[in-house]
Amino acid sequence: MNTIALVGNPNSGKTTLFNALTGSNQRVGNWPGVTVEKKEGNIKYKGQIYTIIDLPGTYSLGSFSEDEIVARDFILKGNPDVVINVIDATNIERNLYLTTQLLEMGAKIVIALNMIDEANAKKIEIDVNALSKKIGAPVVPTIASKKKGIEDLVSKAVELIHKNADFKAHISYGENIDREIENIKTVLKDANLDYPADWVAVKALEGDQYILKKLEEDHDLKVSNLLKNLKDKIGDFELEIIDKRYEFINNITNEAVKFPEEYIETVSDKIDKVITHKILGLPIFALIMFIVFELTFAIGQDFLGGYVGTAIEILGSAVENLLISLNAPDWLISFFIEGIIGGIGTVLEFVPLIVVLYMLMGILEDSGYMARAAYIMDNIMRALGLQGKTFISMIIGFGCNVPGVMSTRTLDNKKDRMIAILINPFMSCGARIPIYLLFISAFFPDHGGLVLFSLYFLGIVIALLIAKIFSKTLFKGESSYFIMELPPYRFPTVENVLRNMWDNVSEFLVRAGTTIFIVVAILWVLAMLPVGVEPYSQSSILGKIGTFIAPIFAPAGYGTWQAAVGLFSGIAAKEAVVAILGMVYAGVEEGTALVTAIQSAFTPLSAVSFMVMTLLYTPCAATLSVIKKETGSTKWTLFSALYSFAIAWLMSVIVYQVGNAIGLG
Amino acid sequence: MLTKSLTKLNSGESCRIQKINAGMNATRRLYEMGLNTGSNIKVVKNDIGPVIVSIYGNKIAVGRGLAEKIIVGD
Repeated sequence: MNTIALVGNPNSGKTTLFNALTGSNQRVGNWPGVTVEKKEGNIKYKGQIYTIIDLPGTYSLGSFSEDEIVARDFILKGNPDVVINVIDATNIERNLYLTTQLLEMGAKIVIALNMIDEANAKKIEIDVNALSKKIGAPVVPTIASKKKGIEDLVSKAVELIHKNADFKAHISYGENIDREIENIKTVLKDANLDYPADWVAVKALEGDQYILKKLEEDHDLKVSNLLKNLKDKIGDFELEIIDKRYEFINNITNEAVKFPEEYIETVSDKIDKVITHKILGLPIFALIMFIVFELTFAIGQDFLGGYVGTAIEILGSAVENLLISLNAPDWLISFFIEGIIGGIGTVLEFVPLIVVLYMLMGILEDSGYMARAAYIMDNIMRALGLQGKTFISMIIGFGCNVPGVMSTRTLDNKKDRMIAILINPFMSCGARIPIYLLFISAFFPDHGGLVLFSLYFLGIVIALLIAKIFSKTLFKGESSYFIMELPPYRFPTVENVLRNMWDNVSEFLVRAGTTIFIVVAILWVLAMLPVGVEPYSQSSILGKIGTFIAPIFAPAGYGTWQAAVGLFSGIAAKEAVVAILGMVYAGVEEGTALVTAIQSAFTPLSAVSFMVMTLLYTPCAATLSVIKKETGSTKWTLFSALYSFAIAWLMSVIVYQVGNAIGLG
Repeated sequence: MLTKSLTKLNSGESCRIQKINAGMNATRRLYEMGLNTGSNIKVVKNDIGPVIVSIYGNKIAVGRGLAEKIIVGD
């Protein structure tokens, strides 16, 4: 099967184009670097099937970040039959920078001149034929968001697959550098490289660390002599090569592109005057987040949540009647009704809420607001020894800490990255919402949005405080520079928002069906054993485990074995906490029974203390495993698990004890 | 206009990048984002926080510390 690779700058509409091409699941973001993984999809054209690989969005193909290496390695070693280079027509010069690098690689490219409508609106005139001629590759104008030009693009790409063509651009880097390139090529002629020699020569002169290291590993004497010679020269050549690429680009644009004399102020510019305002920016940001949580609560919980609850009750009694009519033994009925439907059902009731939250988050991302949030937060973050981009990984963590931790890859300095990873779990993810909602409906039914907002806010405050402490102690040194594109505001497309939401929700459902199912099943068994014991009682094995842990939580106001078991199961998956509480408190009858049970087992104060604990304590197994992957260190993973538990316990105890002391108990 | 640091310019002023005195990594990233020597840029916003500049309407926020090291002139 033939493969087509998709490359382009962040915000070039590459992911939207990928969706338009394949219609497959794909996450879309408006801030640089969301696409950290390689995504694939298939398209059918004239009876043939082609695989499309969506490479990470990058500005360059150096070795600056993992994303860049992934993208260029795929182009050079993955042997795609053709590469579609997505270019933002409104920002053509900068986007062509990536194109020149593709040409240096000798990749067969087709250019998708995307957002051509926006370029027209900005009065940027592009002569498509001249552009194509100058670059030496087909250029197809597209509007990915309106699915325009897609067919033409595919047909041009397919045509190219079966054509032998030389795409190598002959970019001159000036006499000196050109001579060096020739020298290096001669030396490398016999070397055993995975990459084309002339490309390696340019990269080596650019001081590409990855390529230099590769050359070092080659033990050929000539190569090591070459390296010694290179070391002194690289500094001078590095920026000159980039300059020459821009010269090459200017040469193209001078002929093919006409920019308007006067820059026309766009709606985006006007919106930005308010959104990024030095005084208004921060309160607007807080207001937007507050509205997000209020809406999540109002639509997801109050409006839709009830329907799901009713549906599960109906399903439960239907299954029960069926099992009774089949003369199933009592223990089996109990397993299905209490263990499975009760446990998973408790979790499913919160799906509508998570759907709404992810949709709102997707809208913020797609609209371009996330980049502004990073901009607004940069000042505060810098005072804490961090930088604005860290805040984006924190906001993503609100959805789920797993992508939150992964998104720290866009931070290019080790210090920033380690801190961002370690504080991410304090961002309250979607899976923790069911816990808060249970306690809110038991104690604070009229102030749901406020409680939710306060918890999220507390999470942020703790994360920032810890970040400050870490940057003064564990990870000293300078925080990295902040450079960030602020893409124009765009109306999020319904398709992208729904797709992004479904990606996340389906993952939640899969987890509910697997991890949570297993946890619930194991705990149900533990609650039934030893044989003959009263199910879910303190004398069951489950009760005994809980009783053993419980004293730790006594100073926090919930030293019961049930609460301990709930927290314990949350380390496997936070979604399990509510399911387990349902089992141990209510023996799972109906949703309202659990609320009533919680009301008698907790006080409003211990409920708050418990919510603070669940907000901050040990990350779930999935997050811990991604922390292990991203830090490559068992030590830091263990540290993450333990220090967050300590902080959570401490905060929870403080809330309870102080609350008691001032008479809130 | 004599050459001066980007942070000294007011919102709305246009200039040309003359020199970047930052470290190699940061300079490289600026170049790749289109902020190389010789680029014409317009300061969109310079009050608190990162400086926002625009190249043909494409906006880029540059942290203050780094913006200070970008030397601009006419």
